[in-house]
Amino acid sequence: MILRGRVRKFGNDVDTDVIIPVRYCTSSDPHELGRHCMEGIDPDFPKKVRSGDIMIAGKNFGCGSSREPAPIAIKATGISCIIAKTFARIFYRNAFNVGLPLLECEDGPDQIEEGHEIEVNLDTGEIRDLSLGQCFQAKPIPPFMQDLLRDGGLMNHLAKKLRN
Amino acid sequence: MGMTITEKILAVHAGAEKVTPGDLINSKIDIVMGHDLSMPPAIEEMERIGADRVFDREKIVLIPDHFTPAKDVKSAENCKRMKEFARRHQISHYYEVGEMGIVHALLPEQGIVLPGDVVVGGDSHTTTYGGLGAFATGVGSSDLAAAILTGELWFKVPESMKFVYHGKLQKWVDGKDLILYTIGDIGVDGALYRAMEFTGETIDQLPMSGRLTMANMAIEAGAKNGIFQVDRVAEEYLQGRANRPYRIFQSDRDAIYVDVRDYDVSRIEPQVAFPHLPSNTKPISQVGDVPIDQVVLGSCTNGRIEDLRVAAQVLRGKKVAPYVRLIVIPATQEVYRQAMREGLFEIFLEAKAVISTPTCGPCCGGHMGVLAKGEKAVSTTNRNFIGRMGHPESEVYLSNPAVAAASAVKGRIAAPEEVVRS
Repeated sequence: MILRGRVRKFGNDVDTDVIIPVRYCTSSDPHELGRHCMEGIDPDFPKKVRSGDIMIAGKNFGCGSSREPAPIAIKATGISCIIAKTFARIFYRNAFNVGLPLLECEDGPDQIEEGHEIEVNLDTGEIRDLSLGQCFQAKPIPPFMQDLLRDGGLMNHLAKKLRN
Repeated sequence: MGMTITEKILAVHAGAEKVTPGDLINSKIDIVMGHDLSMPPAIEEMERIGADRVFDREKIVLIPDHFTPAKDVKSAENCKRMKEFARRHQISHYYEVGEMGIVHALLPEQGIVLPGDVVVGGDSHTTTYGGLGAFATGVGSSDLAAAILTGELWFKVPESMKFVYHGKLQKWVDGKDLILYTIGDIGVDGALYRAMEFTGETIDQLPMSGRLTMANMAIEAGAKNGIFQVDRVAEEYLQGRANRPYRIFQSDRDAIYVDVRDYDVSRIEPQVAFPHLPSNTKPISQVGDVPIDQVVLGSCTNGRIEDLRVAAQVLRGKKVAPYVRLIVIPATQEVYRQAMREGLFEIFLEAKAVISTPTCGPCCGGHMGVLAKGEKAVSTTNRNFIGRMGHPESEVYLSNPAVAAASAVKGRIAAPEEVVRS
């Protein structure tokens, strides 16, 4: 699957408290969560995002809490995929569990800038920065995670397994 | 080649002779824990896919601890939803307000988690139980639901890092300082995806409270789990608590570690983590003048009886500085009762502190001490991210209980020696 979108760029160690403060986590409504996404860094973020935009970040994205509303909130703003150097492990699981694809890429996040137009191949991990005219290679998404994305998250995947 | 404690526990639970870092395994789960924030979305998802059931009602622990007693209607609805689920499925380990505690203090105290267990919890600080030699890690609500339904979860076997502590601890230095110092050394992603194994002669002398504090904050270095060898200290702690058999695992001499770090603790002072990362640490002697508005003494990191005793030692006969709030939160009902029996409450109240029922409350900016714009707090909790305790422009400084108590008295970040003459 190929995604194409505009880049929204963030730095290192973006934590779950800035992604979605816990005071909003009593709600499980994605739209409500999306309205407060990234409030700790950029309160206008949800207004600025266009559906299909792609988030880029440095190392350790999503560190902190185990709260699943973090990837849910990001997905609800319209972000189609996150590319970072590394992800915090609970966030990594949670994102695929809610059907939000993540790619780990070492060099891309340093060079791809805010507002760039990029194309991402989720099957191969190839990232093309159309503004820069340059390609980057992310680690391919592991097969099990591909299955989760195809089924629309862990619970749908599990429902399918339970049915069979 | 040998295996680490973490690898041995995972191998047994995956039904394998041996596992190697990087292996994807399906592990049996001994204990699954959910609380009032992580459990309601899990219930919702289970109901949505038409699977409202549990794999084993005796292996599930449900505890309202974050926003309880309920802080608002939405929190009340979440707690009610979890309580109804617990009733419907006859969950053995449900603790209502009045008998509950902050999960990570309550589960070890009640003997619910034991050495050799694989424990998953819908909370990142689930790593705490590694203090008792269990493999314990945090998960989100979907994984929580999957574990409750099936009693299994997939894991990638983590590489292990070994942290060796030797030397004698300085006065007023405890497990909190060791872990803050370590995170300051390796960074908030210094153990990303890995197991942190804590060992050495200093650890042999460290009480269970300090070990649980250290394992609790392994996640703040990005670790999958933190783990300690079960020894005489741990076995004494387990006496009278454990009511099922458990297994003690030891790392082999030829086990593989991707990194080994040695620390001479005699050189470590009490540590303070400045905003906005737990790795942003300074020794207390280099803190400078930081005036504060609030002190929080409690949480899954430092709300145990040992923590309250240390704080009381500093606060005895002293008063909290004008315009400063000191909020004391015993982590469980048992800690609360014990503190009362020992006369600690008298000391806190004389000092002008307030004492709360057990709750995670202020740690995550929930309730019972949320910060206003520009306010600064010293806190014995585990995180100081932007907006963690309230307004995005408030600040949290992490410390041990002695420093927190001394800071409350001085109205600025202070060393215990400034308040207590030894």
